[in-house]
Amino acid sequence: MTKKSGNKMIDKQRLTGFIRKEWLQIVRDPSSIVVAFVLPLILLFVFGYGVSLDSRNQPVAVVLETNAPEGRDFLASLRATRYLVPRLAVHRGEATTWLVSGDVKAIVLIGAEFGERLNGSVLPSQPGQAPVGAPIQVLINATDANTGRLLAGYVQGAWGTWLTHRSYTTATGLPTLVNVESRIWFNQELDSHKSIVPGLVAVVMTLIGALLTALVVAREWERGTMEALLTTPLTRAELLIGKLVPYFGLGMGGMTISVVVALILFGLPFRGSILLMVLSAAVFMLVVLGLGLAVSTITRNQFAASIIGITATMMPAVLLSGLIFDIRSMPKFIQLFTYVFPARYFVDILKSLFLVGNVWPVILPNLAALAFMATVFMTITVVKTRRTLD
Amino acid sequence: MNAAVTFRDLRKSFATEAGSTVALSGVNGAMAAGRVTGLVGPDGAGKTTLIRMLAGLLTPDSGSIELDRTARVAYMPQKFGLYEDLTVEENLTLYADLNGLDRTARETRFNELHKFTNLGPFTDRLAGKLSGGMKQKLGLACTLVVAPNILLLDEPSVGVDPLSRRELWQMVRALQETGITVLWSTAYLDEAERCDDVILLHDGAVLDQGSPAKLTERVDGAAWRALLPESNVRKRDLQRAAGRLPGVVDAQIRGRYLNVVMGQTGAAPDLSPIPALKGVTAERIAPRFEDTYLAALRGEGRATALARTHPDTPPTPKTNGVGQPVIETRDLTRRFGDFTAVDKVSFTVSGGEIFGLLGPNGAGKSTTFKMLCGLLPASGGEALVAGFDLGHARADARGRIGYMAQKFAYLGHLSVMQNMTFAGGVYGLSGKLLAERIEEALTTYNLHSYTDTPCSELPLGIKQRLALACAVLHRPAILFLDEPTSGVDPITRREFWGRINAMADEGVTVLVTSHFLDEAEYCDRMVIIYRGRLIAAGSPDEIKSAGGSKDGASLEEAFITLVENYDRDHPP
Repeated sequence: MTKKSGNKMIDKQRLTGFIRKEWLQIVRDPSSIVVAFVLPLILLFVFGYGVSLDSRNQPVAVVLETNAPEGRDFLASLRATRYLVPRLAVHRGEATTWLVSGDVKAIVLIGAEFGERLNGSVLPSQPGQAPVGAPIQVLINATDANTGRLLAGYVQGAWGTWLTHRSYTTATGLPTLVNVESRIWFNQELDSHKSIVPGLVAVVMTLIGALLTALVVAREWERGTMEALLTTPLTRAELLIGKLVPYFGLGMGGMTISVVVALILFGLPFRGSILLMVLSAAVFMLVVLGLGLAVSTITRNQFAASIIGITATMMPAVLLSGLIFDIRSMPKFIQLFTYVFPARYFVDILKSLFLVGNVWPVILPNLAALAFMATVFMTITVVKTRRTLD
Repeated sequence: MNAAVTFRDLRKSFATEAGSTVALSGVNGAMAAGRVTGLVGPDGAGKTTLIRMLAGLLTPDSGSIELDRTARVAYMPQKFGLYEDLTVEENLTLYADLNGLDRTARETRFNELHKFTNLGPFTDRLAGKLSGGMKQKLGLACTLVVAPNILLLDEPSVGVDPLSRRELWQMVRALQETGITVLWSTAYLDEAERCDDVILLHDGAVLDQGSPAKLTERVDGAAWRALLPESNVRKRDLQRAAGRLPGVVDAQIRGRYLNVVMGQTGAAPDLSPIPALKGVTAERIAPRFEDTYLAALRGEGRATALARTHPDTPPTPKTNGVGQPVIETRDLTRRFGDFTAVDKVSFTVSGGEIFGLLGPNGAGKSTTFKMLCGLLPASGGEALVAGFDLGHARADARGRIGYMAQKFAYLGHLSVMQNMTFAGGVYGLSGKLLAERIEEALTTYNLHSYTDTPCSELPLGIKQRLALACAVLHRPAILFLDEPTSGVDPITRREFWGRINAMADEGVTVLVTSHFLDEAEYCDRMVIIYRGRLIAAGSPDEIKSAGGSKDGASLEEAFITLVENYDRDHPP
């Protein structure tokens, strides 16, 4: 009555039976559906809206010590930029207090000799005054270096714009000697969402993919179902494929949702080919599912597996994938370290596909690296999967 | 009689933090074809390791296993791998698929199995929603999908109520009639008696093997019983006194009888030194399987622990609070959604009493127990312990109770001493007083040689002693014991009850839960909870007569009758 199935590596009936069981478990237990479809949405919303590298509406104190009309004019132009919110301080002391307490991020000091300095007729420097030749002084709270640098740029930009504008409207203005015209490619508005969201998709899917499978093998051990499975003819290959197939489907579903959200909600362009997108997403999904399976197989414990899954994927994916911090500006040995994490390769691919197009020199090596990693994790899982309890 | 399975000199060690532990040290044995072999031993004896080896899931370090050429082995693990979010049918289908059963063969087999297990009407129910007994039947059905001729069952009756246990046995017997060889492992000695052959495993070695009849033959003439006269003397005082008589190795109360096992066969116990038993003569009875086990352990020189069971100092019964109601429940009710787990349960426990809260798993006894301990608020009625509702009472009221959890709540990586210090500290003992109490407990519970041993490495019996020592370090007036002796060997169980009796004599009120009805004989009074209701209350004798049992019948039979009557009168 038992069909002759011998010791075949993969038997269709066993495999489909096992996949059906996995699928039923997914459908009955909403937690994996939540992990696959709801978690990416939440993470994309939180990170997408929360993580922005643009600084807008930064409070800035302005100390106006001059009565020269140019001073008021410059203040008006500061008010006009959307990046800064000037707040007039009565004297330097008050402005300093604000800066120290964090109420403002910077002080723009328009000194008593603003008019004179502007027109080039300056007295020698006196202690406590702005240096010779500089009509305004900017003090920046750089405890957050990135914002500080941006602020300096904004004030400088506002000053430059004002000077240029002034040179057109007044005869006495300084002539503009050099004119720099910048062109920005791929992300014309310099909207940091556009550079972050593709990477974010990679980060979110790393976490989801690893979480999905990190739990499933460990769960079999914890609930004692693994022991019963081991007594059946189910082979290692069938066990692993049976675990991969349903979660691959779920993961790709989550990926699709993330991409759609990126396109619609964050208004990202898509300049590459969809086929290439699907291919690289599939390879990447195999890597992270494989990572989860490997962790799960080794620890046999759901809690440990999920903690390891998160720390091994999420943290490095955020910090070391080039999503926020440019890899090339990291120290050399840290750069080497980043090659270990799958997210960095996928971030590059996604940035290219979303913002630039099918840039083969970027996509091919990254895809090859991902394929290699998928093989490594699968091999680890196969080697660590035991058919006995020893 | 030919053997279906023979194993020789099986050895297995497992690596642990402190080196390695030996699970099996040279085990020899055989399973006779077409018979039910019982693999009997306490927790930690090596039963699961041996079964896993026979199932091919563990490789022995050395030794050999011989299987018949035609053997189709099926194995049901202790925690059988049912997928709780799959239905009965889906679970069966999965195991049919994994074992390569084709569609037509499957249909016939499923029909047979449904009929066999009575699971037919429940095919669409999720496995997680089945009762413990039904889960076990489904596990068995999934195991039987392949139509094996050798069936290995690892503790199939754990967590199963007496009714389902009886059904499981009937099923196994039915399987045996079709020619299947069965191995049934258990820690319950009364189950060993039902097997055709028994392999008695203790500490990774075979203590004895053979048919239960042959094994008990050896102690034939050593077991006696005496009808107890009506008197005011408490039965457990008589038991204690009898246990200290010369030549007696074990004395147990069984209803109205005092059962005694002698060290030598043939000679009747002389009960005359006990005033209350003057003129009472003992009659010879057939020994129980448990007596064999005791004898076998004695042969191994392990029975020395038994001597310590009965303290030399005569009991000094204290009267404070004795006879006064100490624990009281009135219409205690607990609902979870639509489901009423405990339905208007009322009982009273007097001071110095050993009171049993009995019932099958899922009947509501744990819920009642938790409400009494103040761990779960009641939906209706009240539960008073020493006059307090422990759910709201202050810490000092809680300090009057001691609690020993089902899974001994020790911290595995801490030593015995550290655990005791922690337990004492939790109850507010410190400094000199704590040191004194610990010293006293180490002596009373014979734990001196283990003070620095990490608890995870203690033998089960010692762990149990430690758990009790920790629970009573602060001298509680009331002691709650949750399934205290499940899975321990008979000597450890006797030792445990010896201590509990001694505490009751000192006026401590003891409330104990158990699904192991043999244990109920140790209780002064008990209630049986079934389907959330209190269905019987009284002394062991009263329960037995309520269940219509005759003298000497076990409480378990009485219990099954009571439950069946209840089901008949109150169809679910």
